[in-house]
Amino acid sequence: MTKSCCVIIGASHAGGQLAVSLRQEGWDQKILVIGDEPYLPYNRPPLSKTFLSGEKHVEDLLIRPEAQYEKVDIDFMLGQEVSRIDRTNNLVILDNDTDISYSSLALTTGARVRKLDLPGADLKGVLYLRDISDAEQIQPYIAPGKKAVIVGGGYIGLETAAMLRKLGLEVTVLETADRVLNRVTAPEMSAFYTRIHEEEGVRIVTGAGVTGFAGYNRVREVLCGDSDPFPADLVIIGVGVIPNTELAEEAGLDVDNGICVDGQCRTSDPDIVAAGDCTNHYNAFYQCRLRLESVQNAMDQARVAAATLCGKSNAYNALPWFWSDQYDLKLQIAGLSNGYDEVVLRGDPGAGRKFSAFYFKNDQVIAVDAVNSPQEFMVGKQIISKSLAVDKVMLEDTSVPIKSLLTNA
Amino acid sequence: MPVVTYISQDGAINEIEVTSGSSVMQGAVDNMIDGIVAECGGSCSCATCHCFVDEAWVEKIPPASEMEKDMLECVLEPQENSRLSCQIKVTDELDGLVVRLPESQF
Repeated sequence: MTKSCCVIIGASHAGGQLAVSLRQEGWDQKILVIGDEPYLPYNRPPLSKTFLSGEKHVEDLLIRPEAQYEKVDIDFMLGQEVSRIDRTNNLVILDNDTDISYSSLALTTGARVRKLDLPGADLKGVLYLRDISDAEQIQPYIAPGKKAVIVGGGYIGLETAAMLRKLGLEVTVLETADRVLNRVTAPEMSAFYTRIHEEEGVRIVTGAGVTGFAGYNRVREVLCGDSDPFPADLVIIGVGVIPNTELAEEAGLDVDNGICVDGQCRTSDPDIVAAGDCTNHYNAFYQCRLRLESVQNAMDQARVAAATLCGKSNAYNALPWFWSDQYDLKLQIAGLSNGYDEVVLRGDPGAGRKFSAFYFKNDQVIAVDAVNSPQEFMVGKQIISKSLAVDKVMLEDTSVPIKSLLTNA
Repeated sequence: MPVVTYISQDGAINEIEVTSGSSVMQGAVDNMIDGIVAECGGSCSCATCHCFVDEAWVEKIPPASEMEKDMLECVLEPQENSRLSCQIKVTDELDGLVVRLPESQF
């Protein structure tokens, strides 16, 4: 007997939002969200910030409390893995061999950390950071004076470094490329963040290829080929994530750097939608297919996917944006800077802690990195999404209010 | 428990009990009031939790930080009584607070 039921596989940012949006769009049948973690949907960004420090606890992280889901009849199955999807019979098969019938299916399976398969990687104290359980494993190692080595100079690595430094640890960041944040920002940004971290007492080592970890039972050193090893009581590895596409792929859905979806978040099976870190989708601003790892994408796609399941036809065309908090720096990023041909700086990244970088391509602003400059971020979003022309001289001149660039465009 | 009243542009009125210590934004998100989007989960980074505080309550809320003020200047149609609801902490003294929601956060 098939009841009308929407099953959502994955209970994080996208899955939680999709369930709520379904109710908001008028879905009045059963909703079941299945997640492999034992928690209701929770905010991930604080894991590398206030949760790690102990300032926030699990209940503070929940996006919504349990009672609220009960009020609108959203059911959860937590701590539950899904084995496979049987599209022919509209079944989700759990790892305990129970079958769940669905009339609609949403995949919000997210991503998992990329692991380093190096000698010593299984020593105690060599850890990753993606979920609550990871953060809880890290916490016992945190104490003033302890040595932490962060492998990877991306956002997770730098945020974790900032928090651990604030908690009094000696922190070293090892980055294989010649600068931190090299995948996502201009050299001026890398130089800025390196300066700030060094001012705060963090050691940043670039061109450092980690070759293994040494210790007896627990880690004592991080090895980098022939260079001197780095002593460590704690190692946190942040070298990217891999989208969880296996269920989709095994079910015969199109997968290519993520589960392929169209503008309405439909997969190659029109009755199955997907949203969030796990999807590969077309971006109209940048005219290419891509996979985004961000809260904004997860939530916006989830809303579109829910509307699609309710027979509506909203298109997903939001401008990507991100944020990162380190020390007293609020970084807000609008757009994607890949392929830029010019950077215009507003403010001085060589001094102080406030400036912004506008990325141009063919004289159009395609992205903005704003450090402690919320107006530049907000105005930047407008400029990018409306393809407004911008006077670069005025942009560079910090005595010109950024908002006036909107009226002069 | 303090009660916060959220008035949507379409006239819908929601009187919600919000735990002391939680934010006005969280009260809306918890109760699926879709006039508040809250993309950044309360870290003063997105300005999609914009609300208008009722005149009677404006002075009773601690003033906005510089960061919040900068963000507020750039929301759609900012008013004198605009605030980011993630920065308004609910207390027993704010029992009865009334906020109006904008037509859109984008």
